[in-house]
Amino acid sequence: MAIGTFNGGIHPPEYKELTENCAFEVMPAPAEIVLPISQHLGKDAQPVVKKGDEVTVGQLVAKAEGFISAPIHSSVNGKVLSIGKENTPSGFPKDSIVIKSNGITASQPNLLPPLNLETITPDEIRQRVAEAGIVGQGGAAFPTYVKLSPPMDKKIDVVILNGCECEPYLTRDYRFMIERPDDLIEGLKLIIKALGVERGIIGIEDNKPKAIKILSEKVKNHKSIEVISLKTKYPQGAEKMLIKAVTGKEVPPGKLPMDVGAVIQNIGTALAIYDAVVKGEVLITAALTVSGKGIKNPKNLLVPVGTPIQDVIDYCGGVTEEAVKIVVGGPMMGVAQFDLHAPVLKATSGILVLTKEEVSKNPETPCLRCGQCVGACPLNLVPTKLARYSQLHKYEEAEDADITVCMECGTCAYTCPANIPLVQWIRLGKQKVLQMQKERMKN
Amino acid sequence: MGTLTQTETKQKVYFDLTTSPHLHSGWSTSKVMWFVNLALVPSIAAALVFFGIYQILIILTAVIFAVGTEALIQYIRKKEITWFDGSAALTGLLLALTLPPNFSLSATAIGSVVAIGLGKQIFGGIGYNIFNPALVGRAFLQAAFPVQITTWTKPNFAVDSVSSATPLAAFKFDKLITDTPALALGNVGGSLGETSALAVLIGGIFLIAVGIVNWRIPFSMIIGMFVFSGVFWLINPQQYPTPVFQIFAGSFLFGAMFMATDWVTSPITNKGMWIFGLGISLVLVVIRLFGGLPEGVMYSILIMNAFVPMINRFTKPRTFGAVKEDKK
Repeated sequence: MAIGTFNGGIHPPEYKELTENCAFEVMPAPAEIVLPISQHLGKDAQPVVKKGDEVTVGQLVAKAEGFISAPIHSSVNGKVLSIGKENTPSGFPKDSIVIKSNGITASQPNLLPPLNLETITPDEIRQRVAEAGIVGQGGAAFPTYVKLSPPMDKKIDVVILNGCECEPYLTRDYRFMIERPDDLIEGLKLIIKALGVERGIIGIEDNKPKAIKILSEKVKNHKSIEVISLKTKYPQGAEKMLIKAVTGKEVPPGKLPMDVGAVIQNIGTALAIYDAVVKGEVLITAALTVSGKGIKNPKNLLVPVGTPIQDVIDYCGGVTEEAVKIVVGGPMMGVAQFDLHAPVLKATSGILVLTKEEVSKNPETPCLRCGQCVGACPLNLVPTKLARYSQLHKYEEAEDADITVCMECGTCAYTCPANIPLVQWIRLGKQKVLQMQKERMKN
Repeated sequence: MGTLTQTETKQKVYFDLTTSPHLHSGWSTSKVMWFVNLALVPSIAAALVFFGIYQILIILTAVIFAVGTEALIQYIRKKEITWFDGSAALTGLLLALTLPPNFSLSATAIGSVVAIGLGKQIFGGIGYNIFNPALVGRAFLQAAFPVQITTWTKPNFAVDSVSSATPLAAFKFDKLITDTPALALGNVGGSLGETSALAVLIGGIFLIAVGIVNWRIPFSMIIGMFVFSGVFWLINPQQYPTPVFQIFAGSFLFGAMFMATDWVTSPITNKGMWIFGLGISLVLVVIRLFGGLPEGVMYSILIMNAFVPMINRFTKPRTFGAVKEDKK
């Protein structure tokens, strides 16, 4: 219960050594990019270009539609080839704008006028974040300006920058923290200003001592900002866990961080905000870690958004003989890929090429009721029960047991000695319960 | 699971499409079972040292018949035969270690058949049984062979003052107290595995360290025993033995480390484990001090096994962030 960590959790092997010392490289523009019009939570963006149109780097190709949405910009100079369904890393095909690049890598023209850090107003920050199409870089891709516009009745008192990067392999936030600490702090100050809060905290797990050292040094001149070192444990980077670890407060089921007065932003998001305000850049670059024992040259890359996964893998020397699985995201919550033409999205944090050795699993056996999943669940659920309800189609019981609270962090399935795919069952049950709740709302 | 696909770069990639998480701790049912078997090696060694090499025959008989029964039943039920997963071997080994030295081999074999057949397979096999299978086998033997199972042998290095009776029986019927050092080392009469507290603790601490045994169960049992028997000892030190004696005597520690901690038959919630452990100790103190038998670890664990489903239901953890009032 003490501040500094949370209940449950696990310590999977980190594998960060593969890329933690690789500085970001800029990947050249690919031959073709695929831009799904939905790269964020909320309403799809609306295409504003048509087949055959010439586009330039940073040009708006799809505009935001409604409050919870984000615009999409081209990351290459070229021509619109088609607009239609394309596979995405989520596994579902989505309407996408396919742009053929003319091969000329031009630096991004300053499409938006740079703003002055000192005189900028909260509204200007929000406006700029919205225009630049910035979405949360932590994975859920929630439009950032929405997070910067809390309802009047919610009092926000702290902004927490999420420097946990608790997923194994991923080192992109770590590289950002040690390569661009000054920009990061300015980005955090912009968020603080936009929300009108007093305090900013950068929470970093103690397996990144270098990042803690650099940032602690840098924040000395900023009274409102503090670096907090957290005990390394997965899934500390989950919003609810991080808030608990930093402030000791628990976000109730179905509520948002802002309900306990906190806003969490990802490291990459803070830098995107800085770039949008100071340099006038729109979000067309994805920072990602390409790692795993199945990739020839693991790297941290800055990739044009929309680049097909295959191009990124080729740029890293291709896969080795032992590769068996390609995952977008981290190994605990990422999605296995079947179509390598699927693109890197704004919020893509990593591409992992895993070998048999890394993903090896033992055969599934009956539940031994050992309670390992119960002890490990950071949200205090009973995963084995939830999975069982799901197997037996007992969705009412599953709902009562708070199945919808599950964030699918994978902690239970990781620990299960019987090797039961608990998350898979819970995910199924969760979908059924959500459907059930929707129908109930209708009646 | 994987389909061989040619990607555009003509590189072979196996697409394994199983869902997240893509990493696993590497534990499996059989690895766990073999680890527990391994943790019993010190107790086996202690049994052989104090009671002689013949005891290995009891252990082998119990293990062979347990594994054989498991395989036979699985064969008859046309289920996958899993004799090598170590769980049946563990049941046999645990049963053997609860038996007195020089116990009849044929009775041992019957015990193993009952343990696996009635204790485990009749419920559907591993993971589905309610009662600890080894203790079911032991309870059957206690009922079927009441004399043989309470016939104790003097340990090998016994000095004259050490009787062949177990320390608990000696206390119960003659009010004789056995020295704690002798109890801890194992140079006293008793079952094969329970005799040396030291050997039991080595194995138990190993299992706690690797994360197989949840410390809450043995810990709560020891705390419970200390408190409950301590109360009686304070009331009347002449009539009731000290808590330390209670903890080191008999199969209490063996039960706390290896029997009560059986995953399948113990609670899954942390709070439940505390209730379970304290409950065992409470029942045990009542049996030892007021029952007809000198020892009652077996019965107290079996009784609490029966409460496990209820304990699990009533100790469902509070969902993260949920406030007490809005829970039913």
